[in-house]
This record gives sequence, C-alpha cells and structure tokens, in this order.
Amino acid sequence: MPYVKFSRVGITAIAGAVPSQVIDNRHYTHFMSEKDVETVISMTGIAKRRFADKDTCSSDLAIAAAEQLFASTGLDRNEIDVMLFVSQTPDYRTPPSSMMIADKLGLKRDLGSFDINLGCSGYMYGLQVAFLYASQAGIRKVLLLNGETKSKAYSTKDKATSLLFGDGATATLIEKTESENPTVMSMNSNGAGYHYILMPAGGYRNPSSPESLKEKQYPDGSIRTDEHGSMDGEAVFNFTITDVPRDIKATVNEAGLSWDEVDYFVPHQANRFITNHIAKKFKIPAEKVLYSMDKYGNTSSVSIPLTMAECLPAGKLERKLQLVLTGFGVGLSWGTAVTSLQGFTNCGIREI
Amino acid sequence: MLDAIITLMSECLEKDASEIKGSDQFREYEEWDSLAYLSVIAQIDDDFGLVVPIEDFRSCRTIQDLAAYVEKHKEN
Repeated sequence: MPYVKFSRVGITAIAGAVPSQVIDNRHYTHFMSEKDVETVISMTGIAKRRFADKDTCSSDLAIAAAEQLFASTGLDRNEIDVMLFVSQTPDYRTPPSSMMIADKLGLKRDLGSFDINLGCSGYMYGLQVAFLYASQAGIRKVLLLNGETKSKAYSTKDKATSLLFGDGATATLIEKTESENPTVMSMNSNGAGYHYILMPAGGYRNPSSPESLKEKQYPDGSIRTDEHGSMDGEAVFNFTITDVPRDIKATVNEAGLSWDEVDYFVPHQANRFITNHIAKKFKIPAEKVLYSMDKYGNTSSVSIPLTMAECLPAGKLERKLQLVLTGFGVGLSWGTAVTSLQGFTNCGIREI
Repeated sequence: MLDAIITLMSECLEKDASEIKGSDQFREYEEWDSLAYLSVIAQIDDDFGLVVPIEDFRSCRTIQDLAAYVEKHKEN
C-alpha cells in the first residue's frame, strides 16, 4: 500500500459554514413512516441536517467558511499560494468553481487553484494534495476548501438516501510548522464499485434528457430520477466494514502509533453504527471518537473538518492533539491520515 | 450454527426467533433492508471474526445458506 509521509507541515486552522435552515429528520416523514424514520435515526445517528436554499451553492458556503477563517486568524490572504476546492456540487459543469471562489475571496492572481471531484473521501485526498504543495520551498500557505450541497443531489423520496445528507463547507489552512509533526497518509481506490454510489445521467455518458428527468419507482418503493444520486446500501456498508478498517489499521501501524497515543479518531460522518463498529474493533474508547452527524448529517467531504470545528475547543489550541482521520465513499475511494495539531486555531462554525 | 444464525437474525431484525426458519428466504422479511443487512454482517464479524464479502452474501438466499457459509468460513 502506498503511503505519503510528511514532516514539518500541518493543519493550522479550520473554519466551517452551514446554512441556517435546520431539517429535523423526526419531522421528515412525508415519504417514510415515523417508525421507519426512527429506525434510520437510531442506526445512523443522523437526527438533524442543514439544507441550503435554492440560491446558495457550495461555493457560497465555502466562501463564508474561508472568510470566517480569515477573520478569526487575521491571516493575510496574499500569503495563500494555492487554493483547492473539493466538491461534487459545483456551480457549473464548466468552468471549475475554484477560480471564481478565489476571485470572490480577493486572492492574488499568481495562485494555483483547481477543483477536486471527490465525495466522502475528498478531505483525505484534498489534505494530501495540500500537504504536498505546502511542503514545497516556494509555497507559503495552502487553503483547502470543501463544500457540498448534497441535499440538492438526492431524491427526497429515496429510502436509502433521503435522511442522510446535509449541506455545509469548511476552510482548512495548511502550512509549514515549527514542530516535527510526522504525518502518514494512505490512499486507495476501487473503480469496480463505481456504480455503488452513482448519479446515472446528466453527465456525458448519459446526457440530460426528458427521459432522465422522469421519476421512476424502484422495488423498495423509492422514487427518483436518473439525475438523482443513488446508493447501493448493502455494497457500500460492506465496503465500510471491510476495506476501511483494514486501511485504518495499516496506516496507524505504518505511523508507528498505538491507539493509546491517539487523542481523537475523526471518521467521515456517514453512519454511527459503522463508526461504533470500527471503534469497537480497535478498542477505541468512545470519548476519543468525534461525532457531528447528529447535528449536520453526512456532509460528504466536509464532514471530517466540520466535526473537528464542532468538537474541538474553540480558539487557539493549547496542547498538541494526535489525530487519526479517515474518509471513504464514492469511487469507491478511501484513505486515512495520521497527523497532529499544534499551534492550531479552531475558528468555529458560522451560519449563513 | 443454524440456531446461532437464527438468534443473530432475530436480534438484528428485532423479529421473534420462532418466526425464523432455516428455509426462509430472509430478503423477503418485511424487516429486511440495507440497515438490517449492515447489522447482520457487523454481528457476524463480532461473533465469528468473519466479514462476508458482498458477492458471497448475495449468493446466500436462505437462513440455512448463510449458516452453512458462516460454518465453513468462520475463524477457528
């Protein structure tokens, strides 16, 4: 398994932004019975979510998160040499959103910026690219933005997905650090499972058409169009309890750490049952596992940094925190990072 | 093993064990959905140290099929 290793580079600040509209799953019973909704909540741990209004895109949320980070840290935005935007809900199919975002943020023109199209594993890959750039002698600071409005991508009448996804964005600052901060990151992909999480139409394989916008009913009673996201729950669950724990274990071993030395395990916020199962497998005490899915649901690549902003103490961190982060999802793709926070500022989460 | 799998299914599906028979095609249970599947494979992992690959699970049609599979592949 390939690992990317870094030293003297780290995450120094995180900020989040979420829409103000709260969706309470217990009231989301227009399609499923109260009993079925309760079963899903008790299993997934997703009780509430945030939905963006029709005029708000993930780029707008990402801009709000970045502005929160600038205001909170006092960062000179001219020091940002690279800005990355991870999203599967961009403003347009073309151009990429990152250049527009950089312009709206008033970042300089001699800036490296591009979009990364990944879902729930996107923070791991985004972080890896950000660390690679930040390691370079000529690069000062890298701004990693994650933004999603997945509420707009799934049918509200789909039993497998309608209660899971929420909207939000985060900004993560990556730069060289005085401390050693040895970091190990893994990366994995399995395209044989590409159809496990799939939006079948609306791309160039099956272009948008009157047919692709028609609602269809599926054997489980779910109703969606071919331009909605679909998920093969069984296949995805199987992946998360086989490949994902194997990767976490191997990456923590590669870093030479024991779980006793880890302060927090921050998994992608997909499903509390899965996370508990993984934590139990590695005997990670419950207080070391961070959660925010009860408030924000599954926000795709946003969920790991959003959980850090939600759960870590606000403001400047006094001590070093050893973290294990893991993201997994669409592709299939997955990865784990073992890194620490020192001299880190938690800029909190703002509502817009 | 059949009794163990019936007990496991009963707990995961919150279904009375007396209503579960070896010849039942468990996907036809009203309680069966992807979350039920998740709790069943996680419980098989906990109890028998065995993660059933998705293709193998899909080839098991009845409770008896699943019991036979777990018996054959479980950790010794």
